[in-house]
Amino acid sequence: VLVGTIGAFAARYLHRESGYNRFFLLNAIFLLGMIAATTSESIETLFIGWELVGLSSALLVAYFQERTAPVLNGQRVWSMYRFADAAFLIAAVALHRLPGHGQFNLLTGKPGDWPFGTLQQDFTPTQVLAVGLLLLVAVAGKSALIPFSGWLPRAMEGPTPSSAIFYGALSVHLGAFLLLRISPLLDASFTLSIIVIVLGLATALFAALTSRVQSDVKTALAYASLTQVGIIVAEIGAGCASGLYWVKYVALIHIIGHACLRTLQLVRAPNLLHDYHTLENAIGAHLPGQPGWAATYLPQRLRTGLYRLCIERGYFDSFIDEYLVRPFLAIFRWCDSMERAWTSSITRNGNGKSENQPGVTPAEEQV
Amino acid sequence: MEFGFPWIALAVLVPLCGAIWVRTLDDPYVARRHALVICILALLFTLGGAIAFVVHPSAGADAPWNVFQRSLGKPAFAIDVVNMPLLPLTALLYVLTALSSLHTRGKRFSYTRMLVSEAIVLALLSCEHHWMLVGLLVAQTIVPWIDIYAAKRPTGVYVLHMSLFVVCLVAGQALVSYQPVDSPMFSGGIVLLTAAIMIRCGVAPLHCWLTDLVEHASLRGSLLFVAPMAGAYAALRLLLPIAPPWALQAMMILSTLTMFYAGGMSLVQRDARRFFCYIFLSNSSLVLIGLGAAAAAEHAAASLAITGALCVWISVGLSLTGFGLTLRVVEARMGKLSLTEFSGLCEQFPNMAALFLVTGLASIGFPGTVGFVGVELLVDGAIRVHPFFGAAIVIGTALNSLAMLHAYFRVFTGKRRTTIPELGAKTYEQLAVMLFVVLIIGGGIYPQIGVLSRYEAANQIVEQRHGGKAEHPAEHAQLVSPAPVSQSSTSAADAVD
Repeated sequence: VLVGTIGAFAARYLHRESGYNRFFLLNAIFLLGMIAATTSESIETLFIGWELVGLSSALLVAYFQERTAPVLNGQRVWSMYRFADAAFLIAAVALHRLPGHGQFNLLTGKPGDWPFGTLQQDFTPTQVLAVGLLLLVAVAGKSALIPFSGWLPRAMEGPTPSSAIFYGALSVHLGAFLLLRISPLLDASFTLSIIVIVLGLATALFAALTSRVQSDVKTALAYASLTQVGIIVAEIGAGCASGLYWVKYVALIHIIGHACLRTLQLVRAPNLLHDYHTLENAIGAHLPGQPGWAATYLPQRLRTGLYRLCIERGYFDSFIDEYLVRPFLAIFRWCDSMERAWTSSITRNGNGKSENQPGVTPAEEQV
Repeated sequence: MEFGFPWIALAVLVPLCGAIWVRTLDDPYVARRHALVICILALLFTLGGAIAFVVHPSAGADAPWNVFQRSLGKPAFAIDVVNMPLLPLTALLYVLTALSSLHTRGKRFSYTRMLVSEAIVLALLSCEHHWMLVGLLVAQTIVPWIDIYAAKRPTGVYVLHMSLFVVCLVAGQALVSYQPVDSPMFSGGIVLLTAAIMIRCGVAPLHCWLTDLVEHASLRGSLLFVAPMAGAYAALRLLLPIAPPWALQAMMILSTLTMFYAGGMSLVQRDARRFFCYIFLSNSSLVLIGLGAAAAAEHAAASLAITGALCVWISVGLSLTGFGLTLRVVEARMGKLSLTEFSGLCEQFPNMAALFLVTGLASIGFPGTVGFVGVELLVDGAIRVHPFFGAAIVIGTALNSLAMLHAYFRVFTGKRRTTIPELGAKTYEQLAVMLFVVLIIGGGIYPQIGVLSRYEAANQIVEQRHGGKAEHPAEHAQLVSPAPVSQSSTSAADAVD
């Protein structure tokens, strides 16, 4: 229903845009991926849908491909997704090796048993924890939980209809859906459930604060989405840790309700801005705002610190760029220069680079 | 086994004779057409051989056409379950490469050399006789050298590596053929053979010949040299039946490191050709990792990993040749492609952009493409050997996927260059790459037949290794010179066990 609604909306919204057909092609791939992921009976089929959602997502972020920023952001989203997918694939293969061979009905009971299904096979606590943590990395990557939340505001570079359906409604909830699907694994490990709760609450708190300092409506809505996703994840963890199965229903209903609401908000956002501008023009001033609770109760120093943290989006991207990506690329650039020097010494080329090498300095933003 | 008809002998002879015929043609346009017809004929013969094998696997063992049988003790060219899909696949690569060649580039590309290389590689992939295989592997290295030399580019790096390869291969094969299996010299032979195979497969740090070749020779010539993965075939025929576990484990570890290293290197490349080279290297290392898993004590793990490797062999051959040809189609119009800037070619080559993406995704084993099942089987098998290998493969594949989308964005997105006239790809070029895509998607949607066939081949390889059915290379040597092998009664399989 949501994909169809957004399709109808986009048919007018993107009219005469270059890449109009591309949008609907990628939208169809996304729908295929979502259907495959949500109706899968085995972890491998779920992985297929998961990957299709990731690819269509990254390509739609780079939809306005004549500009550099959306393309780089698309690449960033793809990078995060792929590393989360790597964790998923290892978990899928590990599950395949464990009793049950990755079939959900053999692992966690028949689909009709949900949410009362339990692990059908004997797993050791270590196996449950290891597989669960790998899947949690995959969930964190797909649902933009911390520390992988940096890609979510970047993904807003895509057209508004795709932002609404991907990051407001469906794609961002796919991680939470996976957690619900494998909830018997969480039931079997109290430690894992607690980790899920902590991760969910930390993400919700971080996103709630960050959304308040954003200067554009789509990013603010993205973080608002993330707040709800964090709460949903925490609900799932709480349901599993407490053994109260109805809490899982709460999480499921929360997913559906939030998806519908956020899609509407994102689709309405450009229009709402226009309405605000009309109002402000009419009264000849900015609309009056209320000071928040933080201004009243928190000391100035703490507020400044929190503001810095939130405006830099938790420094997660900076940390990844500075301490992971840059050294990684530097090592391979050094290897590349060594290889070129060595082959040049044999061919007596002398300039330390290959003949056909374009003489342009490399771009920094590679991953 | 050729079903009473010399399918494979003809598949080898037709391009060989065709090369002589094409050499006499002065007009490059005519030469291209004739070369294409000859390649199609060779493809039909390999397909005929494959179908004959599937229909009646045991027929033709004593066919009157096997002219070498009397002297060598077995047919020179034969189809078995291992090489059955490789021969038509290789012939198809040649057809599609010839088909995608621009008329205007006919003068720069030697169709004679292409046909000679096709004859050699088809003979190589259908050859089970060890010394003949060694001879063909050596002969195969000459064609790219001529290619580089004819282009007046430096040949030093290529010659250095290939000389080392030839020396190691010949010396290694001589030692394992003429020395008793329990002697140190036999172990030395294994080391040399392993080294030769690793050089030929481009295992780091002995891979620089590959970047050099791709940069200096024609892209089509380089593709046709590397895509059939003759080095992996040599590993399969020469090394796997006799190699002790330590040799295969060493091969597996070094291949894993190469896959990771090449994946990382592909991320920092500034030139599309070198990027392609590292992506190919990273993916082809997967095949060696899977073959190295034959050392695993557990039959199921070895069988699974080898099945994955054989599937990846086909998927990488298909997808990266398609990818390379897409790259060449764009390069033929735009010159060398830089990855340091956004070229914005999507508007001019919309179909090529889509094909680039599909072939690239297939090479990383994206779901829905021919590579997916192979990579998953390989990861599964490798994890059973050791979790490190499985994790390394997954991370290496993730690096490749980052590099692939990075290259796609650099080549096809960005501001359109309005000064460049419309240079869309020709119909026959698009047709060639489109055929690759059909095979890639078709294999992804319906992989069962291919996987079952590869599983059967993998089981045969593992049984041959573990079940004592391995044929000691000395048995071949005995036909030529019986004296040296009589010193040992221990079989190679015993040594392995």
